[in-house]
Amino acid sequence: MKQVLKFWTISVLLISWAFTTQATPLKGAASDFTLKSNQGKNLRLEDFRGQVVMLNFWASWCGPCRQEMPLMDEIYKKYSDLGFTILAVNVDEDTADADRFLKAVPVSFPVLYDSDSKISELYNVDAMPTTVMIDRDGNKRFLHRGYQSGYEEDYKKQVKQLIRE
Amino acid sequence: MALGVVVAVIKFTSQAFFKTIFKLLITVNFLTHSFNSLAGTLPVDTVDSLYHRYEGGGMTIDGPFILVRKSVGNQFSLSGHYYVDSVSAASVDVLATASAYTEERTEVSAGVDYLNEKTLMSFKYTNSEENDFTANSAFFSVSQDFFGDLTNFTLGYARGWDDVGQLGKSETEDADRHIYQVGMTQVLTKNALIGVNLETITDEGFLQNPYRQVRFIDPGNTARGYSYQLESYPETRTSTAMAFRGLYYLPYRASIKGEYRYFNDSWGIESHTYDLLYVHPLDDQWIVEGKFRYYSQTQADFYQDLFPFKDSQTHLARDKELSNFSGTTFGAGISYELGQGAITHIDRLKFTLLLDYIQFEYDNFRDVVAGEGLAVGTEPLYEFDAWVTRASITLEY
Amino acid sequence: MKLYLLMTILLSSLFSLSGCADLKPWVKPYERNNLADPIMSLGRHGVAGSYVHHVYQARESARGAEGGAGGGCGCN
Repeated sequence: MKQVLKFWTISVLLISWAFTTQATPLKGAASDFTLKSNQGKNLRLEDFRGQVVMLNFWASWCGPCRQEMPLMDEIYKKYSDLGFTILAVNVDEDTADADRFLKAVPVSFPVLYDSDSKISELYNVDAMPTTVMIDRDGNKRFLHRGYQSGYEEDYKKQVKQLIRE
Repeated sequence: MALGVVVAVIKFTSQAFFKTIFKLLITVNFLTHSFNSLAGTLPVDTVDSLYHRYEGGGMTIDGPFILVRKSVGNQFSLSGHYYVDSVSAASVDVLATASAYTEERTEVSAGVDYLNEKTLMSFKYTNSEENDFTANSAFFSVSQDFFGDLTNFTLGYARGWDDVGQLGKSETEDADRHIYQVGMTQVLTKNALIGVNLETITDEGFLQNPYRQVRFIDPGNTARGYSYQLESYPETRTSTAMAFRGLYYLPYRASIKGEYRYFNDSWGIESHTYDLLYVHPLDDQWIVEGKFRYYSQTQADFYQDLFPFKDSQTHLARDKELSNFSGTTFGAGISYELGQGAITHIDRLKFTLLLDYIQFEYDNFRDVVAGEGLAVGTEPLYEFDAWVTRASITLEY
Repeated sequence: MKLYLLMTILLSSLFSLSGCADLKPWVKPYERNNLADPIMSLGRHGVAGSYVHHVYQARESARGAEGGAGGGCGCN
């Protein structure tokens, strides 16, 4: 029993370390949408053509989203002058939950409200959180599903790459 | 399909079977690896401290229970706990054959959780010490999330080693244990969750209490009409428990949970447990809850309150825990929570107070202390109630 | 032997359910706000919850099948 378990555990560990990646390359135009935002007016994705957009789907009840937010804010402050923005789409059914979260974890980038999940469906969101990197031409380039500490380094690399294009 | 798994598992709980299931689970997990797979989350970092107190049936048992958990990197979480039972007892068993005593039991554990993709593997080692009893156990489990995180499948295996001593004797007896667990949880809707658990335990060795005694009719004992002799249990015991639970979210923000557990074992004991829990948040910080539990069991084959004469059976037990009895619990609780932002670096701070009132009623265990002076076998049936208090402070950081 | 074959087929099909075209997870990750609520957690009270199992196990013959994982936010 012990030997079998040892063998299988070691195999799983080795195989998983060999194969785990966390960003998928994407193709195709990012679907356009318009949502209410916390900036006082509605925001439309097409209006950001020419800028690099980091589209992030998050919820107030999602632990990893909580970890990610302050790190995203750092990236936003660093690169927003170079033609980059973050659009954080909140999926809470009750927007009051999102606002309460933002009071505890304030961010400087725009937050959009997708309380009926239409845009989440449009983007086939299958993990919380989900981040889609969109280039200056409005094409989807990278997908991140979930968040684990260390992902923010990949975000920075991809943002720098897309800004330079 | 999931039901097929559960049915198959229920029919065939044997050691070889579990070995294979573990092998299968880990193999299938590694075979279905894909590039860019999703991962689950580790248990949250926490410091959970509890003051627990049990008062009833002539016994008062209280003490601390502290658990600390810290994640290391993205994949590992370390945890450890410290628990003490301080016993001061003058229960009906004790008063019948001995005098009041105090005792202390200390339990510690150390564990590690490893998260890989959607699989969480856990290992924990526990040690428990009293002045005449030592117990050690090692526990391993694999928990797998799949089908878009709607289904969770968990397998657990534990080994236990007990050292049963007796004050005044230098030698100890052994008892060993194997525990096999299977569990499945399924998200049904945005508001509902169901779960099923199966657990088989096999014990082997010295399973009785070295101090506890049974009574038998003894005309030679003119004072009471009965005499005592030490209990004698079988050297093996196999038990199976199967539980179903359902959790439902009510639209005004409240939850209701129902549970049923069926149990039986090789000693002839059969029991049913019913649990109902209602949780009601008053606002963002205050949550109240109420619970009801009903437990009933039938006796062990070799149990009797009063045996006809000395050594009338190979196995003899008069432990009320093995008798025909039922227990009813009414519980209430209140908690106050401070969320993220209230205190820097603290994600959540929760204060909880829970109070349970339990009433035990025995159908064939008699109170010989209350029945002193009465004819043998006509003493009143025993019953007692107990208050269980739990006051805890939980910190997530 | 037959049993082990049956179990392999059952488990593998369970694991590959997400690959079936006609059976997709019917609760999306962004629809889990109620399930992620702490009041819907199976182990809401931490050590206070596990302590009470010990209270009953010390006084009743029944033991086991008390646990439960799953539900929750389903993040990552």
